[in-house]
Amino acid sequence: MSAEQDMIRIYIMGKAYEVPGGLTIMKAMEYAGYRLVRGVGCRGGFCGACATVFRRAGDYKLYADLACQATAEDEMYIAQIPSVPAERASWVLTELAPEDNPILALYPEVARCVACNTCTRACPQELEVMDYIQAALRGDIPQVAELSFDCVQCGLCAMRCPAEIVHYHVGQLARRIYGAYRAPEAGHLAARVQETARGDFDQELDKLEQMSKDELVELYRKRDVES
Amino acid sequence: MAEQLRLAKAVLSVQFARRVEELSGQSPYRCYQCGKCGAGCPFADSMDLLPNQVLRLVQLGDEKVLEAGAPWSCASCLACEVRCPRGVDIAKVMEAVRLLALRKGRSPVALGKVPGERLPQIAVVGISRKMTP
Amino acid sequence: MNSILYYPGCGVADQARSMETAARGALGALGWEMEEMERWNCCGTVYSLATDDLMRHVGPARILARVQDAGHEHLLTLCSMCYSTLKRSERFLTEERDRLDRVNAFLDDEPDYTGGVRVVHLLELVRDEIGYEAVEEAVQRPLSGLKVSPYYGCTLTRPRAVGVDDPERPRVLEDLLLALGAEPVSSPQGVECCGAYLTASAPEVARRRAGAIARAAARGGADLMVTSCPLCQYNLDTRQGEAPGASAHAVPSLYFTQLLALALGADPAVDEQVIDPRPVLAARGLAVEVKA
Repeated sequence: MSAEQDMIRIYIMGKAYEVPGGLTIMKAMEYAGYRLVRGVGCRGGFCGACATVFRRAGDYKLYADLACQATAEDEMYIAQIPSVPAERASWVLTELAPEDNPILALYPEVARCVACNTCTRACPQELEVMDYIQAALRGDIPQVAELSFDCVQCGLCAMRCPAEIVHYHVGQLARRIYGAYRAPEAGHLAARVQETARGDFDQELDKLEQMSKDELVELYRKRDVES
Repeated sequence: MAEQLRLAKAVLSVQFARRVEELSGQSPYRCYQCGKCGAGCPFADSMDLLPNQVLRLVQLGDEKVLEAGAPWSCASCLACEVRCPRGVDIAKVMEAVRLLALRKGRSPVALGKVPGERLPQIAVVGISRKMTP
Repeated sequence: MNSILYYPGCGVADQARSMETAARGALGALGWEMEEMERWNCCGTVYSLATDDLMRHVGPARILARVQDAGHEHLLTLCSMCYSTLKRSERFLTEERDRLDRVNAFLDDEPDYTGGVRVVHLLELVRDEIGYEAVEEAVQRPLSGLKVSPYYGCTLTRPRAVGVDDPERPRVLEDLLLALGAEPVSSPQGVECCGAYLTASAPEVARRRAGAIARAAARGGADLMVTSCPLCQYNLDTRQGEAPGASAHAVPSLYFTQLLALALGADPAVDEQVIDPRPVLAARGLAVEVKA
């Protein structure tokens, strides 16, 4: 196979580029000469900064994904979303009455959902976004928290929603309420807080504070990594 | 109220009347202005125009009806619909007028300003659908 | 045990839980079981009256497609708004092939809806399937002497083609009350709107309406009113007391499912209400407890 056959043609913001096949959209853009300073973050699919929308040749559908996760394909039309404008309601967690469905009061636009499911189709995390918005409407906070748990806050749902809902902020609010008021108390966490308050770790922390940078780097490299 | 009903030719827009007809599926010209709709309307007391007057403006093609408050006081309860001797589904005409206003970006409520009390979902979804563009 | 697929709707699944708890208990006493749909979304609550507003039918179509896909022919609702919106949408979509095709094409993440699901209100199930005779036989605690004013509201009976009964002279609630041993007190305001969702945009309108409805019921000597919709119930219970000078004649209201449950010896699930219905029930020898 020649090198030329490995190349694909993509369109970034309407301009054609030849890039090697198999790259992620983000890497393809960088190969094409873009230097990304906004709309880029962890490059690992966790931070949600690199929302991107694209179409494929011969397909009317508008797809959405994270640029660091989706692979660039031949004849792909790509537009990067540098940031998602959305208003985050302001609330004080300790002042919310969870039994009163504060979601509906803080984000009344949730009631505009027409159940079109466009949000779900836009979600790069493959969450059941519409289902959690519907659960939010009916005040089922545990369900919202559970269904939105893996949200990376990329905002693609909000960009695609015809009802102008900001799903990811709704999910976040529900998770906070759930964590503060509904989730069962974690016994091991309470124990650890007690240990910390008692000063059980003071000695170890003091030791770290005395270390030089090189020693800290060495310690970091040798740390146990959960697989 | 009455001074809004000018029969001047200048305000006639057959096109507007047709658009309302298209959206509502109801011919406004069937209405013969008997007033039975308004007589039984539970919301007539909070309307600036009676339902038959809304229909009259539509018949006349007067787009001023888009600025009337009456369609926003209508709750689509259909009391008029079951009583109209001419079989006009007036609630559908009201809906068409609301939609034409909403589609021009005119809305009588700002959703964010819904009172903080815990309203039933039906009410919040109801005003969202009926009153926000 | 007979079983029927059931669509709760947002109101019943949340604030109006008591409506469902009571219905489950009452139906159980009548040999019926409600099987809740696995996944459901809001019906939209207010049926779109426009000819071109297909987007507003997507929610109902999604529900109907799932009912059909699960192999069911009937779908039970308790809430009159859900009943009306789903049933009218079903008719709107199936009366013109083009509408159904367009909605199905849009809903490419669901199996196609082809039509035929029958949306049934619980009052219809009781009247047409179970029958008032069977209800009468199952009564354990007759509501003797209890004067109840049926409040139909709008969507249970209007429009005529969709309603469960005659829109101007309905009697389905009266008949049910008779079967339970209660004394129905029909009211001239029984079919006049409570203010519906205007309670959110113009609460004073809902206050006036709730006041007028309650006064008419009181004039007829009613102990309480009975409703079939969480929004009617909210307006009658919450807005009535807010109307100027209304508190002296406050008339409590309950869901029809709660009276059904009470008479059939099931849990009437009487919650804390703004206007407490317990004193009038107790005065007729029908004491109930409120669960903590």
